[in-house]
Amino acid sequence: MAKEKIHIKNRDIVVPGDLLAEGMAYLPSGKAFREDNKIYAATVGLISIKGRVIKVIPLAGKYMPKKGDVVIGRVTNMGYSGWHLDVNSPYNADLNIGEATREYIDLAKTDLSKYFDIGEYALAEVINISENKYIKLSTKKRPYRKLKGGNIIEVSPTKIPRIIGKAGSMIKMLKDSSGCDIIVGQNGIVWIKGTPEKEALVAQAIHRIEKESHTKGLTYNIKKMLGGKKK
Amino acid sequence: MKAGAPDKFIVKGKRLDGRKIDELRPIKIKAGVIKSADGSAYLEMGETTVLVAVRGPREVIPRHLAMPDKAYLNCVYDMMSFATPERNRPGPSRRSTEISKVMKDALSPAIFLEKYPKTKIDIYAEITNANAGTRCAAITAASVALADAGIEMKDIVASIGVGKAGGKLMLDLFEPEDNFGEADVPIAIMPRTEEITLLQMDGDLSKDELKKLIAIGKKACKEIYKKQKQALKKKFETEKEAKK
Repeated sequence: MAKEKIHIKNRDIVVPGDLLAEGMAYLPSGKAFREDNKIYAATVGLISIKGRVIKVIPLAGKYMPKKGDVVIGRVTNMGYSGWHLDVNSPYNADLNIGEATREYIDLAKTDLSKYFDIGEYALAEVINISENKYIKLSTKKRPYRKLKGGNIIEVSPTKIPRIIGKAGSMIKMLKDSSGCDIIVGQNGIVWIKGTPEKEALVAQAIHRIEKESHTKGLTYNIKKMLGGKKK
Repeated sequence: MKAGAPDKFIVKGKRLDGRKIDELRPIKIKAGVIKSADGSAYLEMGETTVLVAVRGPREVIPRHLAMPDKAYLNCVYDMMSFATPERNRPGPSRRSTEISKVMKDALSPAIFLEKYPKTKIDIYAEITNANAGTRCAAITAASVALADAGIEMKDIVASIGVGKAGGKLMLDLFEPEDNFGEADVPIAIMPRTEEITLLQMDGDLSKDELKKLIAIGKKACKEIYKKQKQALKKKFETEKEAKK
C-alpha cells in the first residue's frame, strides 16, 4: 500500500498544484482535489486540517452562488413578472413576483417598480440554482427586503467570514460601536446605514478588515479605530 | 546568412550576452499588479517583459459562446507598439492571433474549466518589451495571473523557449539567437505531471536534437515553476503577515 504522508501544516499558504498529502487516509475538502492517491490544492488558499479532512480555504476568487446563501443584489432589469438582479457573480439572478412578496399582486393594475425599481438593492436568499445556472432568489421571508437608503460597498467574497467574525463577533462589534445598521451579503456586498460620518467610518473599517484579514488582534484594532474617532 | 547576423554565437565558451549554454535569463515575477483585474501578473525575463490581466469568470458576451458544461477561455496576446526596436503597428495581426490561440491551448488543460459552466475567463497578455520568447513569457505570466484570480487549476503552467544557434543546443534564446539561429522551440509544460501543453518548432532540427531540447526545456520549466510559486506565495503571505 502507498504511504500515508502529510506535507503541510495548519494555516500554511498553498498555491495550485501543491502536493498536500499522500494516501487514501486523508480527504480533500474546499478547493483541494484528489488525483490517484494524492491530494493537491486547486487555488491559492489557506490550509485547515481537521482530523482526516484537509481543507483549502480560497484566498481569492469570484462569488459562486450556493443554495441558502444570503446575498445583496442590485436590480438591473424588470420583466413582466419579476426582476433581474446582479449579485456580483458570473450568473444572473431572477426574483419572481411570487417569491418577492406575500401580498397578492394584480399584474394588470400594479406597477412593479413599486416593489423594486431598477438600481435599487435587495437583500435576498438564494432558493434554487437550476441545472443551467439560473439563480432563483426570494425575498418572501422576514429579514429579506428592499434596502432603502444607506451605503453599498464591495469587498472580496473570500473575506466575508472575517468581516462577520467568529459567531458574528466582528460584525456585532461594528454595529455596537458605530450605531449603524450593517448587512453583509455572502456575495461580497455590504450595506451600511447610519449617519453619514459613521457610514464612512464603518466603510473604512471594513476595507481595513479586508486588507488585514489574517492579522492577529484585528478585532481590537478595529474597535480602537472606531472608538478613537468618535470625538 | 541573413544581414545583421553575428559571426559567432559562442565566444570563449559563453553566449553573446555572457550566459552559459544552459543558463536562464534573470527572471522576475510579481503577482497582483493590476488593481482593477481579478488576477494579474508582471514578468521580466531578461529584456522581455509582459503584463497579464485575468478577468473572470464572468458573464459571456456574446451570449452564444457560452458552453453549458464548461467555461469559455478567451486569450488575447498583444504586442505594444513600442515593444520592438522598430515601431510595430498596434492592433491584432496574423501573428498575434496565432499566438493567442496557442496560449489558450497551452493554458486550458491546466484549468478546471468544468467548474465554471456558462462563464467566460478572459486573459489579456500585453508584451511591453520584446526580446525573444514572448509567447513563453506570456504563458508563464498568464498562469500566475490565473492563480492570482483564484481560478481553480490542476497546476501552474511554466513555459520556456529552447533552440539551436551556432550548432549548439541552447536554453532560453534571446534576440540574435532567435532571429539568426537554426531553430527555436517554445515549450510549455505542467511541471507536476510533466505533461506538455505547447510544443512548436521553427527551423531545422534532427529528431535527436529535438528530444534533447525537450529534456532541457522541461528541466528549465521546473525552475521557472518554483519562481512562479514563490511569486504567488509572496503576494498572499505579505497579506497574511502584514501586521503579525
